[in-house]
Amino acid sequence: MNIFVNQFWNWYVILLVLGSVLICGVFLWSQSIHHPGSEQTSDTTGHVWDESLQEYNNPLPKWWMWLFYITIVFALVYALLFPTLGSFQGLLGWSSSGQYQIERQRVDAQVNPLFDKFLKMDLQTVAANKEAMEMSARLYQTYCTQCHGAAAQGSREQGYPNLTDKDWQWGGEPAQIVETITAGRMGMMPAYGGNPDAIGGEAGAREVANYVRSLSGLSNDSALAAKGKPKFETVCAACHGQDGKGMYALGAPNLTDKVWIYGNSEAKIVEAITKGRANQMPAMKDFLGEAKIHLLSAYVLNLSMGGEKK
Amino acid sequence: MSATQSTYNYKVVRQFAVMTVIWGIVGMLVGVIIAAQLVWPDLNFGPWLTYGRLRPLHTNAVIFAFGGCALFATSYYVVQRTSHARLFAGGLAAFTFWGWQLVILLAALSLPLGFTSGKEYAELEWPIDILITLVWVSYAIVFFGTIAKRKVSHIYVANWFFGSMILTVAVLHLVNSAEIPVFAAGILTPKSYSAYAGVQDAMVQWWYGHNAVGFFLTTGFLGIMYYFVPKQAGRPIYSYRLSVVHFWALIFTYMWAGPHHLHYTALPDWTQSVGMIFSLILLAPSWGGMINGIMTLSGAWGKLRDDPILKFLITSLSFYGMSTFEGPMMSIKTVNALSHYTDWTVGHVHSGALGWVAMITIGSMYYLLPRLFGKPQMHSVKLMTVHFWVATIGIVLYIASMWIAGVMQGLMWRTSNPDGTLAYSFVESVKATYPFWAIRLVGGVLFLSGMLIMAYNMFKTMAGGSTVDAPVLVPAGQHA
Repeated sequence: MNIFVNQFWNWYVILLVLGSVLICGVFLWSQSIHHPGSEQTSDTTGHVWDESLQEYNNPLPKWWMWLFYITIVFALVYALLFPTLGSFQGLLGWSSSGQYQIERQRVDAQVNPLFDKFLKMDLQTVAANKEAMEMSARLYQTYCTQCHGAAAQGSREQGYPNLTDKDWQWGGEPAQIVETITAGRMGMMPAYGGNPDAIGGEAGAREVANYVRSLSGLSNDSALAAKGKPKFETVCAACHGQDGKGMYALGAPNLTDKVWIYGNSEAKIVEAITKGRANQMPAMKDFLGEAKIHLLSAYVLNLSMGGEKK
Repeated sequence: MSATQSTYNYKVVRQFAVMTVIWGIVGMLVGVIIAAQLVWPDLNFGPWLTYGRLRPLHTNAVIFAFGGCALFATSYYVVQRTSHARLFAGGLAAFTFWGWQLVILLAALSLPLGFTSGKEYAELEWPIDILITLVWVSYAIVFFGTIAKRKVSHIYVANWFFGSMILTVAVLHLVNSAEIPVFAAGILTPKSYSAYAGVQDAMVQWWYGHNAVGFFLTTGFLGIMYYFVPKQAGRPIYSYRLSVVHFWALIFTYMWAGPHHLHYTALPDWTQSVGMIFSLILLAPSWGGMINGIMTLSGAWGKLRDDPILKFLITSLSFYGMSTFEGPMMSIKTVNALSHYTDWTVGHVHSGALGWVAMITIGSMYYLLPRLFGKPQMHSVKLMTVHFWVATIGIVLYIASMWIAGVMQGLMWRTSNPDGTLAYSFVESVKATYPFWAIRLVGGVLFLSGMLIMAYNMFKTMAGGSTVDAPVLVPAGQHA
């Protein structure tokens, strides 16, 4: 691989690096072959500064010179063996990406059979397998905990769903869970704040919010909720359904249950309606591969069934 | 020695010396606060006093306020006395003092307010960068102007080191802080973005970052060493030849070492390797300074017993030798794979910053302060010794806890289960580090306490002192 735009820069680097290493050695050698002060170590150079500052001219310590030479020789040998001199790859052919590939292949060869044996089982069976759940818990702690949390309870502030309840945005069937982790999901609630025709601005959003709160039996202003009902049925129902029970295909949350990704206060709901929400589950297909996703899906399934809670 | 009419300019030295102690306390106090925040996260009062904003304030305050004032004070003192000439351009020297204090104040305000360029050790935004440039150019004029009017033919070795520091830091600052200010709605804002992008930006940043360590914190403080160690020990420098060889080798090789901060990143493999081999070559040139300092004392070891200034100076050289050995080892790729991103790096940096930079600064200030305020010695020699032991125990606690914590973190992060998953989640390594952060806090509090003892001693020494400038001496061998 040549990373230089042309051979000039390649040779510029090679000669500059080699020359600079060698010049250190030549300089040290030139300063050590004749040491005028060596025979008379008790004498100073004859200069005096600030009343008392003087200098002896002792020869360079032998052990120190050897240390210096050894590092120079090491540098030259290293530059010969490892990529150091421009695009010259070094005699050992080592590269940092190559080292990664080799280690990756070695580990994959070792661990893939462990994961593959579960691939043939359906998720319910895997979820009931003790060894699989131990392995998948470790996978979860490595790859999922950053967003969904160590206890898998998500984060209301960030909008990361709780995985331990029985609520699903995109469906809780085994195939749906696998799809969510494999291809990722893009959740999107449009913003209605800037469109007074749709909802009626901030005031209209409050009416709709009160109606939404009534759907799950939360306290609400019934007069506002009554005004919000027709707006909900014309605008919101397109995704959340006439009954407000949501739609897995679009990731539209069920508004009648007691589960809220971002919180259920009137202010939070008004915020969602006026400003919208955008959320994303990243696709893990290329990163984790089929077998690990299979185990993680089983783990999440098990979590929602109340398993693995300590 | 006959006195001429002319005197040395001690005023600017006095100002910088006092502020060295003051800023040392401020910088280390902020360090203690952020160390406490890692033990008790509730101490984050946000957003202004959170860890993320106070950490750059700590590093800037100790490097540029504490270390910077120490360099100004000592270099102005040393260059006058070893050139046998009054400081060149006194007005400009006064500007460097007030300008540098303004830079520090602006840093102390802007960093907690959230203004940052995001470049480590170069966080200050472009208006402050311009002020730094003006102060630094004035510094160069004052310093080299004094060298030019020297009354001795040979330039004393300490001045080579100070001079190389001044020139190189100018180049480093100008290149790394090249940035493009942001216009918002046609109005110039204090926000800017780097002139470089991607991995080039990272490479420029660590070329700067490592040479800030190499020139600001190494050659500059070696300049201090080359004056105060022979003066306090009362003995000639061990080897002129060694000082020549290690000076040129040190400033030449330091320039190359930056890429070792970017091992196993997007930086090309060859660039990483170049950084590594020159970091290893750097070992001997670095040790040259330590040998010259310690061998200068050889034959006068007895003085160590009851001279706290020599205790500080020699201990600082020992820590210098240790951290300049540790640095090249950590630059080896396989070692770096373990140490990088862990608290080991933090420990390494502090063995340099507390052990070397702070200890030699404290020693030289104890030498300077009585002379600047017309006293035979510090108010209390006993308190200097107490300061020495409190500081030394503090450093040992700090470094040892960070070594253990760092190696532990590195090992925890790489341990995997038979199924290839990580044995520990990140937060488990945080939990395991907790007791070591507590020990580190104790070490930091001890070191800060030492600085408070020093401040008390300094103010007692200043009280009733006379601020008379010493007469410029006629060089030896030129007596009329």
